[in-house]
Amino acid sequence: MRGLSLHVRRGEIFGFLGPNGAGKSTSIKMLLGLVKPSGGEAVVLGGSPDDIEIRRKIGFLPEDFRFYEWLTAAELLELHGRLSGVPSDKLRDRVPAMIEMVGLTPHRDKRLENFSKGMIQRIGLAQALIHEPELIFLDEPTSGLDPIGRRVVRDIIRAQRDRGATVFLNSHLLSEIEITCDEVVFIREGEVVIHRDLRALHEDEVSVVVRAQKLTPECVTGLAPWATSTHADGDQLIIAARSREALPDILRHLVSSGADVYQFIPQRMSLEELFVAIMGEDRGL
Amino acid sequence: MSVWIMAGITFREAARKKILWTAFIAGLGFLLVFGTGLHYQVGDFQRSTVPPFLRYQVLDSMLMIGLYTVDLLAVVMTVLTSIDTISGEITSGTIHAIATKPVARWEIVLGKWIGFVGMVAAYVAIMFCGTIAEGYFIGGVVTEHPVQGALLMFLECVLALSVTFMFGTWFSTLTNGVIVLGLLGFAFMGGWLEQMSGFTEGSSLVMLGIVSSLIMPSESVWRRAAFEMETPLSGSLQFSPFADVSVPSGAMIGYTCVYLLVAMAIAMYHFQHRDL
Repeated sequence: MRGLSLHVRRGEIFGFLGPNGAGKSTSIKMLLGLVKPSGGEAVVLGGSPDDIEIRRKIGFLPEDFRFYEWLTAAELLELHGRLSGVPSDKLRDRVPAMIEMVGLTPHRDKRLENFSKGMIQRIGLAQALIHEPELIFLDEPTSGLDPIGRRVVRDIIRAQRDRGATVFLNSHLLSEIEITCDEVVFIREGEVVIHRDLRALHEDEVSVVVRAQKLTPECVTGLAPWATSTHADGDQLIIAARSREALPDILRHLVSSGADVYQFIPQRMSLEELFVAIMGEDRGL
Repeated sequence: MSVWIMAGITFREAARKKILWTAFIAGLGFLLVFGTGLHYQVGDFQRSTVPPFLRYQVLDSMLMIGLYTVDLLAVVMTVLTSIDTISGEITSGTIHAIATKPVARWEIVLGKWIGFVGMVAAYVAIMFCGTIAEGYFIGGVVTEHPVQGALLMFLECVLALSVTFMFGTWFSTLTNGVIVLGLLGFAFMGGWLEQMSGFTEGSSLVMLGIVSSLIMPSESVWRRAAFEMETPLSGSLQFSPFADVSVPSGAMIGYTCVYLLVAMAIAMYHFQHRDL
């Protein structure tokens, strides 16, 4: 990682995107205190992830959730609740409520060794939420789930946002990210490449793919009045315009700045298209 | 509080492992064979003209052999059940969901250790009492200072457990097993070399034994336990695992206690600071 700094607003669902090897899991592990940075420090919720009081406010679903398979679903949640400091009297009500929330009530007394991957994923989500954390890290929460399971998880994530929690979501399923997240960042090689507000994208935002030469840094930064973000890569420039009405101003600015514009293609891009446009085609691992 | 939660879950985990029940079944099998052996030995003596003091020496030595077997079983069971409790959970990722809870990492290590200590205590108590009871009720022999002996055998297991934990925070399960069993074998050989020095009066062998005991004091603890429990008759068997040729001092027992505490301190410190 190289100076990664993310600003995530309280009460929003934040998508964390990037190709394989971009540093997503490492970043999450550093923010959770599982991995120590070789230089600098990780700060989350205004403090160190090594601080017990900070961790009390955090919930985490690992990418490949595993736990003692000889425990039942109810026993697992009780254990995690106790480790998270939830009082016993509250746990009595909360454990069945959480099991109900993830749709596993008929399986509450079944051992995890008899659970499918999707069921493990659901109970893993419940353990991350058992103590009603302020900040929730979910690493690939819908992997292994069928479409109905994905919808359940999506609804749970939105319900967490509605109660005021912040959800930090790492997923390869861009369609899921697109319909769930409020904001996303794309990272590559440990650096933030672009930060997007998906709410704006859903409303009026238009993306423009520009192919031009003689693009100077001043020319790109000068687009700020009409663009929410820009990404330049060689002679390609991707601009997230604030509105369709801003497009003529953007083109005028480029030309007046001395750029030779060969293509100017406004388009409504899906997140997946944006991802490929920003990250480029597969260059191998 | 978190320490006790981890201790409780670890005790339950250990109790559900097949290796523990295999060790218990092996232990019960041992008690059955041991009791049967004593029974036939007593019967043979009743039909023979062997002098009483010799009968007592044989039966007394059989009891010590039984306790030595219990000691070996307990140490091996301790190592095998605890070998993957840290390294295995790091490898599988199971530790991620726990280490991100509001729990200090050292509490996870200490809690697991306490859970295993409880399990080892139960195992040693059952096997020790079973062997002693068979010696008394079938063979009519008793050990000297059984409480001290049992506590020292328990100490040896806790030592093996602590060393297993320490290396478990560094190495994979397989590497950890090779290191710990290698150290136990090293200590075993060092102890025997020191015993042999009693015959040759060679200071080099004594020195070798002391150095091996300082590196891994497990065998010294057993020899001290044997010294505490043996009667003058069984102690006089010069070339045995419980001969009183070279008796480890109380200082060596103190060193063992410090050794295991340092091993646990290193385990907790390293686990606290390593990447998971």
